[in-house]
Amino acid sequence: MILFKNVSKKFDNNVVLDDISFEIEKGETFVIIGLSGAGKTTILRHIAGFLEPDKGDVLVDHIRMNGAGSRVRAGLRNKMGFLFQSGALINWLSVRDNVALPLVELKLGTMDEINNIVEEKLKLLQLSDAGEKMPADISGGMKKRVGLARAIVRNPDIILYDEPTSGLDPVMSARINELILRMQDKLNVTSVVVTHDMESAYYIADRIAMLYNGKIIECGTPDQIRTSTDPVVQQFIEGRITGPIEG
Amino acid sequence: MERKEINKFYSLFSDPGKRIIRDLKFSGFTLILMFRTFLSLRFVFVKRKEIVKQMYISGVKSMPVCTIVALFGGMILALHTGVELTKFGQQELVPTLMINIMNKEMGSFLTAIITTAFAGAAMAAELGTMKVSEEIDALEMMSINPVAYLVMPRVVSMLIMLPTLSIYTIILGVSGGAIISYFQLGISTEAYYHRVFQSIWLKDMYVGLLKSFVFGLIISSISCANGLKAEGGALGVGQATRVSVVSSYLMVLIMGYFITALFYGGFL
Repeated sequence: MILFKNVSKKFDNNVVLDDISFEIEKGETFVIIGLSGAGKTTILRHIAGFLEPDKGDVLVDHIRMNGAGSRVRAGLRNKMGFLFQSGALINWLSVRDNVALPLVELKLGTMDEINNIVEEKLKLLQLSDAGEKMPADISGGMKKRVGLARAIVRNPDIILYDEPTSGLDPVMSARINELILRMQDKLNVTSVVVTHDMESAYYIADRIAMLYNGKIIECGTPDQIRTSTDPVVQQFIEGRITGPIEG
Repeated sequence: MERKEINKFYSLFSDPGKRIIRDLKFSGFTLILMFRTFLSLRFVFVKRKEIVKQMYISGVKSMPVCTIVALFGGMILALHTGVELTKFGQQELVPTLMINIMNKEMGSFLTAIITTAFAGAAMAAELGTMKVSEEIDALEMMSINPVAYLVMPRVVSMLIMLPTLSIYTIILGVSGGAIISYFQLGISTEAYYHRVFQSIWLKDMYVGLLKSFVFGLIISSISCANGLKAEGGALGVGQATRVSVVSSYLMVLIMGYFITALFYGGFL
């Protein structure tokens, strides 16, 4: 369970999150949509404990993430996987070594066990042939898949996805969407997804929240978002140039 | 006064103040990083492969530049002192001067200058790039301590390689002096090295090595701290690299003075 309680955050004089509150249930797939720079990734970074709110609290599994000590924070992060926008792969490690990194560094099994887990995850994301390649030699979409393989290699309870389908071809996007749903079905994983891809959002979300001017202006099921009467939401989901959204 | 003018007047005081606060915060961050690196030393054996790799990058790869700088540095030094001392018929003092200067100061200083430019800048750029491309965040997300994983192997490798390279620089610098002494000052190689070995003092050697050890700590810590604090894409990485090189040079000079003053009297 993830809980945002009256969270505010500003960078210099720019208010990014303005007293927002919401709750994500265990096993739920919660999608955050909004304009570029609206603060969607800022929400993910608060959940992961990379940012501290100026005001309010962020709770993960009933434990306060903000202000938590490094051990508590590490304990909470052990339950999470984070798919970064760029993949964030370690440049000098091969694809296989990148995926195996958390297991090897934290000694979470014998080398045989680790190799089996890594092979399974690589196969799941159709990366079996790319195991020996270096991050510099693979495409942006492939990097994202490797990043996802690494995010799920420890079978986390919570997965944070930052633009999981951007830069991927439609077939691979559909595959990632399926994977997100399968993780929820099989393992009851809680997913928080930041995306601009409305097709993907409608497909995977249990609930969608729209962030605008630091506030969550609409939060509901995909159908509720589709039929929202809010002109900002309508302009955003229809991708219209004209409307209340400024500049 | 108009509001714009008031703000301009106000910023005359607030801008330097903000800068001082930022620099103090960064110094604090660097000291904490040093302390955390010290705590991570318990992983030295586990990270031995990475340490050896970093020793190769920061040490072995710096050797060609070290060779040229040390050899020609020694030759310049011997030429200048030799020409002046010959006027007084004292050119036989050149070997003593060479070994003393190289041992006490120039060996560790030249090596520090080279490794700052060569290895320190690379460390800041590498970690800075990792920071802006979220790789450091990814490590933290995997509960991997970036200090133990990235910083400690770099610091340890510098602590080993800087004194080693210093000895190499001293040997080559003194050899550069031997070349000049033979061709320009008429001192035979045998006589030159005989005077060199007569003039080696244990205290000069250990103070020189202590200096290079301290310089290694300074350069690697400042470079890693700048890299870890980089932000704002390629521009931020460039800025971090520039600041790390300048700060390392300044700290090497300042600490070099204090160590010399501490061991050779006249402290402060």
